[in-house]
Amino acid sequence: MDLMNNNLWRVKVGLAEMLKGGVIMDVTNAEQAKIAEDAGACSVMALERVPSDIRKDGGVARMAAPRIIREIMDTVSIPVMAKVRIGHFAEAQVLEALEVDYIDESEVLTPADEEHHVWKHGFKVPFVCGARNLGEALRRIGEGAAMVRTKGEAGSGNIVEAVRHMRAIVGHMKKLTTLGEEELMHEAKELGAPFELVAWVAKNGKLPVPNFSAGGIATPADAALVMQLGAESVFVGSGIFKSSDPAQRARAIVKATTHFTDAKAVLEASEELGEAMPGLDVRQVDEKDLLQTRGW
Amino acid sequence: MGFRRMNIGILAIQGDYDAHAQALNRLGVAHSFVRRPEDLANIDGIILPGGESSTHLKVMSEEGLFDALKGFAANGGAFFGTCAGAILLAREVHGPAQASLGLLDVTILRNGYGRQLASDVHMGKTKLRKEPLEMVFIRAPIIESVGQGIEVLAEDAGHPVLVREGRVMAATFHPELTEDTTVHEYFLKQIAQ
Repeated sequence: MDLMNNNLWRVKVGLAEMLKGGVIMDVTNAEQAKIAEDAGACSVMALERVPSDIRKDGGVARMAAPRIIREIMDTVSIPVMAKVRIGHFAEAQVLEALEVDYIDESEVLTPADEEHHVWKHGFKVPFVCGARNLGEALRRIGEGAAMVRTKGEAGSGNIVEAVRHMRAIVGHMKKLTTLGEEELMHEAKELGAPFELVAWVAKNGKLPVPNFSAGGIATPADAALVMQLGAESVFVGSGIFKSSDPAQRARAIVKATTHFTDAKAVLEASEELGEAMPGLDVRQVDEKDLLQTRGW
Repeated sequence: MGFRRMNIGILAIQGDYDAHAQALNRLGVAHSFVRRPEDLANIDGIILPGGESSTHLKVMSEEGLFDALKGFAANGGAFFGTCAGAILLAREVHGPAQASLGLLDVTILRNGYGRQLASDVHMGKTKLRKEPLEMVFIRAPIIESVGQGIEVLAEDAGHPVLVREGRVMAATFHPELTEDTTVHEYFLKQIAQ
């Protein structure tokens, strides 16, 4: 791909490379950001309300107030990400002017455009986007996302959707590596994804950008699970600050993510934790209340 | 010792440790990941990769790796740090101040160029060869001052970006994010001597 020779693209993906093996934590103010950094977060995601509150409160969820994001940027030395609504390129322009380190074009916020995502190649600041399957991941990369994460079901405290999405993405990539060249155009048509990206994945067996997991991670074992399924890093949203012991839980999830194949370390991380966040049975959630079906 | 018989440890708490593993693979050199003090046994040198230095420091301290790495250095172990790794090796860290292994007599400023928007790729001169070196800077630190024992191997925009003091070497950029293995080869040659 020509992109690999593009220096802006390389430093966008480069920052995602630096976040591998780490935990990116949702925070709503500077105090939480400090707790996250002290616990070993490799980055924080600034937002107005954590997903479980967005789900509970309803209404329209928007980009966080610039004042809050700036306070967070002034408080921590790790990279600061912030969310924009799907398709809301003007919110993204504001965040770029604010000089955040990464923008999450996120289904957790209320979509601003039901047909078009942001044209992310048009920005200097890198973007991460959610995906439920390989086609969606490649469409977002085609628009310029330099990092992909599973959507999972944000704010549910239930890992089942993140597992479904990670298995779908990884499984489909494995399948692509077994296909002949003559089969790839049909596959691109079925996936609704750019042919060049489908061909790249078929040749390399992985995404051309880091592949992280988000949406429902609440425990150290949840983090170890998605990492073993192929995630290269984890986002934890409501799971930390909706638990009974945020600092301790944050440390525990960092430890489990570093040592994700070492069951003894994950056990150690899981000991003496308080209550995890309350969980939702995603099957009981009305279709219209699902966050993962926002965007395409 | 030839490269082929070496085993290089790579600190694998978090960050781009896999990119370093791929660079060593291209050179035909074996590697193992270091996450606990016992992983330091049977390695000929260690790479501290890019990532978030505050995260590395936190987990290193909890796992007893901070003291173990100092012990590895005291026994003559060779180190190569890139970006966050350079911060961990420095004598003194600013912006904000944080603990470090203090194995390299430099002072270093975290995120010295600014935030991600200042990340960039430069071609820079190096003492390692005649041709310029491709340098990928990602939220990179700046080496503010160097002690007398420090050899500056490359500079960019008036700052040292590749330095060495005995068996300890550091880059503020990421040679592991390029196809060029010059810097890694230089590190391996230092170990071989």
